[in-house]
Amino acid sequence: MLGKTAGGLFWMFRYLERSENTARMIDAGLRISLTRSSAAESEWTSILHATGLQAGYLQRYSTYTGDQVIDYLLRDETNPGSVRAVVEAARNDARLVRTALTREVWEAVNECYMVLKDALAHPISDRDLPRILQMIRQRSAFVRGALHGTMLRNEMYDFARIGTFFERADNTARILDVKYYILLPSVMHVGTPTDNVQWETILRATSAVRAYQTLHDGEVDPKSIAKFLMLDRRLPRSLAFCYGKIQDNLGYLETDYGVRHPCHDLAARICKRFATYDVDAIFDYGLHEFISDFLKDSAALGQQIEIDYRFIE
Amino acid sequence: MNESPAYFDEMLQPDGGPRGPYAQYYDWLRKEEPGRLLEKSAEAEALFRLTGITFNVYGDPSEAERLIPFDVIPRIIAGREWVKVTKGIEQRVRALNAFLHDIYHRQEIVRAGRVPAHMIARNAAFLPQMIGVTPPGGIYTHIVGTDLVRTGPDEFFVLEDNARTPSGVSYMLENRETMLHMFPELFSKVKVQSVSQYPRSLRRSLSACAPQACEGRPTVAVLTPGIYNSAYYEHAFLADQMGAELVEGHDLRVVNGRVAMRTTEGYKPIDVLYRRIDDDYIDPLNFNPDSMLGVPGIMDVYRAGGITLANAPGTGIADDKAIYSYMPEIIEFYTGEKAILNNVPTHRCSEPEALKYVLDNLADLVVKEVHGSGGYGMLVGPAASKAELATFRAKLAANPDHYIAQPTLALSTVPILTDAGLAPRHVDLRPYVLVSPDRIEITPGGLTRVALTEGSLVVNSSQGGGTKDTWVLEE
Repeated sequence: MLGKTAGGLFWMFRYLERSENTARMIDAGLRISLTRSSAAESEWTSILHATGLQAGYLQRYSTYTGDQVIDYLLRDETNPGSVRAVVEAARNDARLVRTALTREVWEAVNECYMVLKDALAHPISDRDLPRILQMIRQRSAFVRGALHGTMLRNEMYDFARIGTFFERADNTARILDVKYYILLPSVMHVGTPTDNVQWETILRATSAVRAYQTLHDGEVDPKSIAKFLMLDRRLPRSLAFCYGKIQDNLGYLETDYGVRHPCHDLAARICKRFATYDVDAIFDYGLHEFISDFLKDSAALGQQIEIDYRFIE
Repeated sequence: MNESPAYFDEMLQPDGGPRGPYAQYYDWLRKEEPGRLLEKSAEAEALFRLTGITFNVYGDPSEAERLIPFDVIPRIIAGREWVKVTKGIEQRVRALNAFLHDIYHRQEIVRAGRVPAHMIARNAAFLPQMIGVTPPGGIYTHIVGTDLVRTGPDEFFVLEDNARTPSGVSYMLENRETMLHMFPELFSKVKVQSVSQYPRSLRRSLSACAPQACEGRPTVAVLTPGIYNSAYYEHAFLADQMGAELVEGHDLRVVNGRVAMRTTEGYKPIDVLYRRIDDDYIDPLNFNPDSMLGVPGIMDVYRAGGITLANAPGTGIADDKAIYSYMPEIIEFYTGEKAILNNVPTHRCSEPEALKYVLDNLADLVVKEVHGSGGYGMLVGPAASKAELATFRAKLAANPDHYIAQPTLALSTVPILTDAGLAPRHVDLRPYVLVSPDRIEITPGGLTRVALTEGSLVVNSSQGGGTKDTWVLEE
């Protein structure tokens, strides 16, 4: 297959994943602002930081209010990372790689674009917001469903999956990075309302509230949250799970092409870290340092995949 | 229906009854609720949007993606009518290929005085780089779209031979898919010849022209200018349906004397390139140096037998509107037969007598730019205002060489569905022809374009035209 097509699939699924993650983060922020208005501003601030879009935002606004942040993240025309923009980018990539997609996948992403373009054409009222956030997640899920149900399990599928998990791990890591301090035992004030709220944001933004509670008998403690989101291979948005999948899919490419590239070694090294470190070791090393290392390695892996599979000249 | 009887309606006779080929369909149509048909029209539009069969209008950024309107009433041609049409097209396409070979080799037709030398030498569509080059398999025009119009029961005229990169075949295929989806019951009543084999035939036909350098199963790719091109949907569609790669210029480069594409495993050679880019843009080293769309050096590889280009560079000399007027002579010269299909009588404005006639009768004629396409820069005399006539008179006087003129033909009509019921509209037909060394294949039917505006004769999608599914009945 063409290198350009591999890159297009990788990015198409990264963008779709990103649209979904942004919707989840807004959902988490909305929840907090509804239940604890005093914490709202710092919450929106950290959400913007986690999306990596705060620099652009600050060129538009000087305050962090829910309405502004939501509008910026969903539909602001100056924001290349808005849901509207990334869905359009995903659809452009889908057009570019049209020959690598089944009709079902193409139609799902095209419909995702058409529906969300209409839904995000005008400012979103508070009343419509929950419905629209749900729609964003659902449309992305439709594309994923079509992918699973109709695509051949070949190199094209592998690149689509690598893009998905790469973006997802990145997102989880960035949420953890923004919030790492509230997970640290040293500054923890057990049982204070703020802390519960903060933890809940992290879990909500990763769609893990219910799963966490089921597996931890309703006990909430910061170390186990950190462990859950980084190391638990049962959670589909944990770093260990996503990197397990990335390694699997890179492995299929290695088998199919019969070539091992530098990206394979890089991915193996990242995965090994999740297998050898337990959560105590991570806290001893430093949670922030561990996540920073991860984000750095992950960025290097992204570049290496791009080179090894010739996404660009 | 109160259309002037001057026009031949393909569905209805002057007494209001259906013509032969439409008998079964009409029987079905009469029993349909008009409301249901209108609902189906809306459904068709939603289907086209979802599939993404959109079309970009040049110079209109507000409407970056538009649908070509689709009319749910099919255009129907009897099997025996079609046989005659295909014989005429086949003869014409053979002559076109023979003409191209001759023009780029010995130019016997010029020596024989049948086509004037200046028509070739001074023609912008003539490519000196093709002199002495014989394409793999001897085929110049692998894909041809012969535009036909009809004026009566047995009267078909060829309006244009599209021998460069005829577009629209994806609409032919998607129109049929849409009709099958919306009216499955209809296809069990009326026996319609299938068109769905086209992508397979295209692949086979292209593979049959693989170059000398090809080893094993030919690698076929479609070259597109990219996702912002008006016909991108079609490029992607054809590549997808053929199981070929869809490439852009920046995916390709010349490696070891072959044109190769950048794959995830390194550069791999391409054997046959179905290019949807004009001659001028395919090779910045040999043609337009500013082109970002092509591949530097591809012409050198081509001349050395390293790749097949479909269609061959330089085929534009055969579908040039000035050359068109010589087609009856061209057919006779190469096939020894009279042309089966009529040419529209054409006045070459480069000739003083013809120019005088055209200027004197401008209001009755259709004037076309020799190098124009897509209905741009065209004058339909009977429909033009005084000001438009005056503008064209000035253009003709300034550059007579740039124009030809033809009588306005009484184009046939086929009804379309409007909110007020059926209404006749003018149509043309573009059948798609595949040429390979061992056969010429013509898909039964083709793309029917319809002028949606009442009385209009301009069917181009860029000028408010729509399309219809075209049925050729089984005999």
